[in-house]
Parts: sequence; C-alpha cells; structure tokens
Amino acid sequence: MSSNRPPATSSASSLDEHQTDSDPRDPVKENPAALIPEIALVAAAVIGLLAGSWLPRRRQWVVRVLAAGACVAGLAATAAAMLDTPQRVFDGSYAVDPATNAARVIILAATLLVLCLSVDAVGGHRHETEFYVLVLLASAGAIALVGADDLLTLFAAYLLASVPSYGLVGLLRNPLGTEAALKYYLLGALLGIVMLTGTTVLVGVAGTSSYPGLRDALTGAPPAAVAFGVVAVTAGILFKIGGVPAQFWVPDAVDGASTPAAAFVSTIPKIGGLGAAWRLYTHALPAHSVDWALLAAIVAAASMTLGNLAAFGQTKVKRLLAYSTVSQVGYLLMAVTVAGRSGLAQRALWYYLAAYAVTNLGAFAVVAELPSAVTIEDYRGMARRHPALAAALAVCLLGLVGTPPTAIFVGKLEIFTATINGGYTWLAVLAVANTVASLYYYLRWLAPAFLAAPADREDAALVTAGTWSAAAAYTAAAASVALGIGAGIALPLGAGRLLP
Amino acid sequence: MLSLIVFWPAAAALALAVLPSRLPGKWFLRAWVAISAVDLALVIAVWVAYNPHGGFGFTENLRWIPSAGVGYHVGVDGLSLPLVALTSVLFLACAVYSLRETRRPRTYVCLFLGLETVCIGLFVALDLIVFFVFFDLSIVGMYFVIAGWGHGPAARAAALKFFLYTFVGSLALLLGFIGLYLAATPHTFDIVALIRANPLAGRGAYAGAVLAAIGVGLAIKTPTVPFHTWLPPAHTDAPATGSAILAGVLLKMGTYGFVRIAMPLLPDAWRRYALVFIIVGALSAVYGALVALAQPNLKRMIAYTSVNHMGYVILGVGAAGVLAGTDAQARSLAVTGAVTQMVSHGLITGALFLLSGTLWDRTGSYQIDAHSGLAGSAPAFAGLTALAAFASIGIPGFSGFVAEFQIFAGSLASQVAATTVAVLSIVITAGLFLRALQRMLVGPLRLPETVPAGTGFADLTVREAVAVVPLLAVSAVIGVAPRWLLDVIEPAARHLVGLVAR
Repeated sequence: MSSNRPPATSSASSLDEHQTDSDPRDPVKENPAALIPEIALVAAAVIGLLAGSWLPRRRQWVVRVLAAGACVAGLAATAAAMLDTPQRVFDGSYAVDPATNAARVIILAATLLVLCLSVDAVGGHRHETEFYVLVLLASAGAIALVGADDLLTLFAAYLLASVPSYGLVGLLRNPLGTEAALKYYLLGALLGIVMLTGTTVLVGVAGTSSYPGLRDALTGAPPAAVAFGVVAVTAGILFKIGGVPAQFWVPDAVDGASTPAAAFVSTIPKIGGLGAAWRLYTHALPAHSVDWALLAAIVAAASMTLGNLAAFGQTKVKRLLAYSTVSQVGYLLMAVTVAGRSGLAQRALWYYLAAYAVTNLGAFAVVAELPSAVTIEDYRGMARRHPALAAALAVCLLGLVGTPPTAIFVGKLEIFTATINGGYTWLAVLAVANTVASLYYYLRWLAPAFLAAPADREDAALVTAGTWSAAAAYTAAAASVALGIGAGIALPLGAGRLLP
Repeated sequence: MLSLIVFWPAAAALALAVLPSRLPGKWFLRAWVAISAVDLALVIAVWVAYNPHGGFGFTENLRWIPSAGVGYHVGVDGLSLPLVALTSVLFLACAVYSLRETRRPRTYVCLFLGLETVCIGLFVALDLIVFFVFFDLSIVGMYFVIAGWGHGPAARAAALKFFLYTFVGSLALLLGFIGLYLAATPHTFDIVALIRANPLAGRGAYAGAVLAAIGVGLAIKTPTVPFHTWLPPAHTDAPATGSAILAGVLLKMGTYGFVRIAMPLLPDAWRRYALVFIIVGALSAVYGALVALAQPNLKRMIAYTSVNHMGYVILGVGAAGVLAGTDAQARSLAVTGAVTQMVSHGLITGALFLLSGTLWDRTGSYQIDAHSGLAGSAPAFAGLTALAAFASIGIPGFSGFVAEFQIFAGSLASQVAATTVAVLSIVITAGLFLRALQRMLVGPLRLPETVPAGTGFADLTVREAVAVVPLLAVSAVIGVAPRWLLDVIEPAARHLVGLVAR
C-alpha cells in the first residue's frame, strides 16, 4: 500500500537501512544516524536470521547475544540522541524527539529483560533464532509506532509491530498456541483494515498524511469524516495495546503462547501503541475538532473495569496476568485522556509505561521461572521453597496494585494527579475503585504463595526453570523499587516537549 | 537523627534477613529486643533534647521527587513525639513478649522490624506522600502478620478484609492529598508549606470534597462508626503482638492524621464540618461500647472498646473545630486530651491484647464464658488484667482518666449533648469490663473443654510480665504525674488550635 505516495516511500524506507545511503535529498532530513536504534534492531534481525540458518541448534545463543548487543547499542545511541536536539527525518515522516527517545529506552530495556527471561524457555529450542528475530522486529515496530509522524508511517509501523507478534504467539505449535495465534492474527488483520480505512478517510479529507499537515488541513474538514477516521485509527491502536473493546486476543494469546512470548506481547506493543495514540491525538488533530479525550476516557474506564472484573474469576496465573494487563491499559489511557489538558500528563504516561514494563515483566519472569506452576493453587508453598522468588513476586504483584515504594505507585500518583488536574475527576475516582478491586485478585495469587504447601501434593509444580528467568525476576523487582525511589531522576526524562 | 530512628529497625531487619536461616530462632528474637531497645533509647534521647516551644524539631528536608512536589521531609513536634515514643515502647514490649515465638521466627522478626520503621516513619512524616507511603506499607505489613501468624484459616479471610477495607481508605486519602497538591501554588505535598499556604481557604465545595476524601480515609483507619467493621475480625484472628500493634499504633495513624493533616491543612472546612466529626465521635463512643457489651469473645470485646476510645478522640478533635461558645483554652484542652488519649489507649490496649494472648497460649480460647476462677491459680495474670481493665475504663490514677477528663472538659463548653452521650458510654465500658472480670477471674476454676483435664492455668511467666508491666506502669505514671507528657503536647495543641481558628 505504501508505494503509491511519495511520503509513504520514505516512511517505508525509514525501517530499511539499505535505501538510505543513496538518497540525494537534504542530508539533515534524511539523517540515517538519527535512527541507529531502529536500524540496529532490524539489522540484528536480518543478520540473526541468516546466521541462525547456519548455526547448529546448540549454538544459536550467538543470535541471542547479537540481539542483546543490538538493544545495548540502541540504548547507547538513544542516550546520545537525548542530548541532541529533536529532529524530523525522512521528509518529516518520523520524529526523533523526547517521546521517541523515551519509547526507545523503555522498549529496548524491556526487550533486554524479555531476552533474559526467555533463555531458560527457548534456549536450545528448534525455533530459538526465530524467537529472537521476531522479538527484534516487533520491538522495532513498537518504537516506530511512537516515532511515526505520518499516518502511513504509523500504519507501516503497525504492521511491523503486529506481524512478528503473531508468529511469536504461534511459535510453540501446540493446539492452544495455534488457536491463540489465529485469533490474534484475525483480530489484528481485521482491525488493521479498519485502521487503514480510517487512514484513507483522514488522508482523503486532508490531502496529506503528515501530522503537522493534518492538523492544519483537518480544521475545516467535515467533522463526521474526521471523527470516523480518528475512531478507525484508534481501533488499530487499541488492538496493539489490548484495550477494550479490542482486548479479546489478550487472554488467549498470553495463555497460549510461551511465557516469554506472552510477556513480550503483553508489554512492549503497549508502549508503542500508547505513544502513538499520544502523538496522534495531540499533534495530528486540530485542537477543537474531535473530542478524542472523551473517547480515550470511555475506553480507559471500560478497560480498567472489564479487565478487573474478568480477572476476578481466573485460576490460571497467565490468564490472570493477561486480564491485569487489560486493566493496566485503562490506567495508562487516563494519561492519554488528559493529554491536552494537563501539563503533568506526558511525564506521567512515560513514567507509568516504564514502571508497568518492569513490573509486568517481573511477574512474567516469575511465571517463566516456575513453568510447571499453572494455577494459583500450584503456587502454594512457594515462599518456603523459593523465598527470594516469592519476595520478587510479592514486589511485582503489590507493585502492580500500586503499593509504595514501587514504581507504579509513583506512576499512579502522577496519573491520578494529571487526571484530576485535567478535569476528569470521575475517571480518577473510578481508577481508585478499580485499584482496590485489583488488589483482590493479586492477593488471590500472592496469598497461597505464602502458605504451606498441602501435604499430599508432589513438589513437581514448583520446579524452577533455571537461573536466567530468576535473574530477570530479581532484576525486574529491584528495578521496580529502584525506579520508584529514584522517581525524582526518572520522572523528568519523559517530560520534554514533542516536536510541534 | 530521626532518619536513624526510622530506618534503623528496617536496616537491622535487612541484615537479619541475609543471615543464614539455620541459626536458632531465639537469636533473631533476642536481636529484635536489642534492636528495639536501641530505637527506644534513641527516641528518649530525642525527647530529652526536644524543645516543646520550638515547633518542629529534628527536621530533615531532602529532595526526593522535586518535579512532583514530593520531598523527604521529617520532623517531630508535640503531637508526633508522644506517638513515636509510644510506638517504640510498644514494639519493645512485643519483642519481649515474642521471645518464645516458634513459628518462622526470622521472618516474623523482620516483618515486625519493618513495621516499626513504617509506624515511626508515618508519625515523623512532614510530607503527604511520605505519610502515604508509610500509611500504605503499614497495611501491607499488618496483612502479612495477620495472614501468616494469625489463628488458622479464618485469619486469612480477616487479613484480606483488613487489607481491602483499609486500602480503600488509603486511596481515598490519596485522592484528598492530590486535591491539596493541585490547589497549592506551586504544587507541593509538603505539609509545612501547605499549612503556611492554606490553599483551600475560601474554596467551599472543593475544600469540602477534599476533607471528605481525607476524612473517610482516616475514619476507616481509626476506625469510626460506620467504617469499623474490618476491625473485630482482624483483631480476633491476629496474633497477640499483631493485635497490640494494630490497636496500639496503627489505629493512631488515623487519629493522628486528623491532627497532623485534616485540621491544620483544611481549617475552613474543618470548622464548617466539625459537627459531623463530633457526632461521629460520640456515636462511635456509644456504639463501640454497646457492641462490646454484647461480645462473648474477650478479644472482640477489647477491639470494640477501641472503637469506643477512638470515638472520644474524634469527639475531642471535632470539638476543637467549633469556635462558637468556646475559647482557645478549652479547644486546646480538647486537643491535648485527644493526643493523650492516643498514647493512653496504645499503652492500655496494648497491655490488654498481650494479656489476652497469654490466655490464648494457655487455653486456646478467647471465650469469656469458657473461663472462670482464673484468679485462684494465676494471681499475677488476674491482677494485671484487672489493672488494665480499670485503666481502660478510665479510673483516676491511670492515663485514661487524664486523657478523657481533658477531652470532656474541653468539649463540654460547646457540645453539651455529644459530650454527655460520650460520658455515658464510660458507664457501659465500666459495666462490660467488670462483668468480664467477674466471670473470668473469680469463682471456681473452669477452663475450656479443649484444655486437657488436670493441666490447670499457669500464671504469667517472667517474660510475659516483663512485656506487660511496663506498659501499665507508664500508664500509671502518666495518670499520677502527667506534666512531663502534657508539657510536650500542650504547646503543639495550642499552636494547632490557632491554625484551625485562622
């Protein structure tokens, strides 16, 4: 679809390092050095795929090292970019500004954590290389969602973030995983088409696909068309972040996929999708056209409430975590709701995303460390057998509730403050009620972990997978606390102004 | 200095946590006694060095999350210092009491040391978020105490109810704090700065909403009628030390929140809605006493008398918000009485819960009717229980009398009806305690059927007596010679009354 229009060509090429060298246009605008993190991920994916085809199965860890190296290189390049002035590249279709940089840091660090927690599960698996390659590509797509400053780039990023994720979910090739992947794919394809339709309508009425151009052109456009386009594009974003009403894939995908893949698809695309929603709403739409804030508020309210209600009855820990991520999206959307009304919202969003990423991945890392413990009951006796791991689980689950001093506490404080400041007090009150409700099901999981195991049960349920998953769990739990206590340093990092 | 007092127990707990677990449990329990004794010594040093007329002492103000208006600001004044001292005394008593604990002693000690940090930290906090952090962590810590060391499966349900219920309160509190934060320019959570700015002066509905959020949050923690229903199960199923800390310290977090946050930060709204608090206070006093009267379970009965005693505190702080018909001296008297009552209740109820724990250790029951004639075989137990019960009733000579007399004297001028109702509830408390004493202590010896025949009822051991006696002794000292305490509280109470009246 993207070869029909000149801006789209460049947007596609922004993800492909090979076409950039020979470009004759303004070197500042086409500066490929600005995209080192994205290029590193894609390059590592390509090289890893080629290398993985030749490497024997027991030596596929080389690809893992390559993937981790790409993340570290991307983090270093991002650190350098944060000191640089923000810029638009590739004909203004891609913005490298504080939002993109925040997304890069969070996504790359989260990807590293996923790689760490995946070692025990996928190490030596016949699809090990494919797992790393798909993770790298989907991460690049998630970053590109945030950086996209053009509707067509946004859609290309949507595809890049989605297609590898379908593969990740289906990689296990068991019936549950296949069903989950199919469901995930069908819903993704459907909402992708809806999103493309919305894109078409918006581009049609505005005559341009770039965000700054849209904001000018949509001022006088027919409101119904704009509203339709915004809602349709939002549908695709909601699919990426797993928000109601596009959340149906979440529990099945999380439950059916391998734990590392579940951790990935329930965490990283959310960062990209929420960043994309933020930029779309605040930078592509005229100030008084569509009441997107109300749309976001309704979706936020529905996500947190339905996610919580559905989580109540779950007995399988992965399904419980899946619904918990749906409710977390609700809190995150609160920041998007007041994006244009409170100066506190932007840093609250990015901080909460970072806090959510480490805390959620920590919980998944504990699940990965105990692969045989499927239900809540299986966790009984955990505190006796694995006290440190139980402590990490307690930190992560209480962290997801928002207990101080973990990071999500500061995140919720910031988001609630921003929401009340932005005039959506009812949403903050609802979020408080949901926070209390969520405590119930997190405790349903946590409490058995601290009980003695039933005497008649065999210990097979609590066999550990290996040191890597445990290391990921400890790292995530420690990071969750450190990020909370060090919020004074972390919070301002997400606050820089976006490119107008 | 204050940071040392606050974080010393937690740091020690971390050190204990990394020690090998095969060490004998009693080492950890003895370490707890030593660690808490050091903390108490530090608190005494602060008490001696503190100048009651100098406002906040020993303040520390560090940047924490400056962009969010949050700082690590701590300090003590006449309202918080007595509660800090109470906390360290009670934790030491619990440490001594627990010396024979056999169930996972290391985790138990670490948890209680963490709780000590949290409780003291809350009382010295001068930043709303620091206050909230400790407020929330106290719930988490107590949840694990009740669920892990309570009496059987019912304890887990009680712990869950406690966690959920008080968590609602803490989040309501958080909403109120956010309301205060957003009203102040520049936005800040600093209590001292907010007192100075008085950001909600003259903002009727907004201030009312913020006070409602904070009031509900604190009322759940206190607890007052109608938010008290989490309290009886939590107490009944908690271990004795958990109950002592829950009633002695954690309940004070609610009432302390009123004098530290609600009154000075929202003076306008407090004056306007003082009557609500007066009514709730009087109602809690009567309702708590009446329901306690109907309890067959000793621990539940004591739990409901806590609702009654906290009702007096709420009455006192509410009366301090009514300017008409009173003078500053009467209002200051009510506040002084309220703070004294917090200390007094902590000491006496702490002692009562530890004593009921000794009962459980011997017979495995809290049923009043299942016991009789204990005084014959256990004179020390009977004597101390009777003393504690009389102290709780408010007999002159104990701290309860000093506290309640001041509350009633300070409230009577403006609130004749409410004060009269509350005073009448003393009669009910006296009746219920006397009835329990009469049933359990005198008459022929009778123990629950679960106790094997012929085992008898052993008297208090030295360990148990050493844990309980000092609590009652301090209460008696306050009852006989209260000046050393009142000299610290009164200047702060006068200052607070001035802030409310502005």
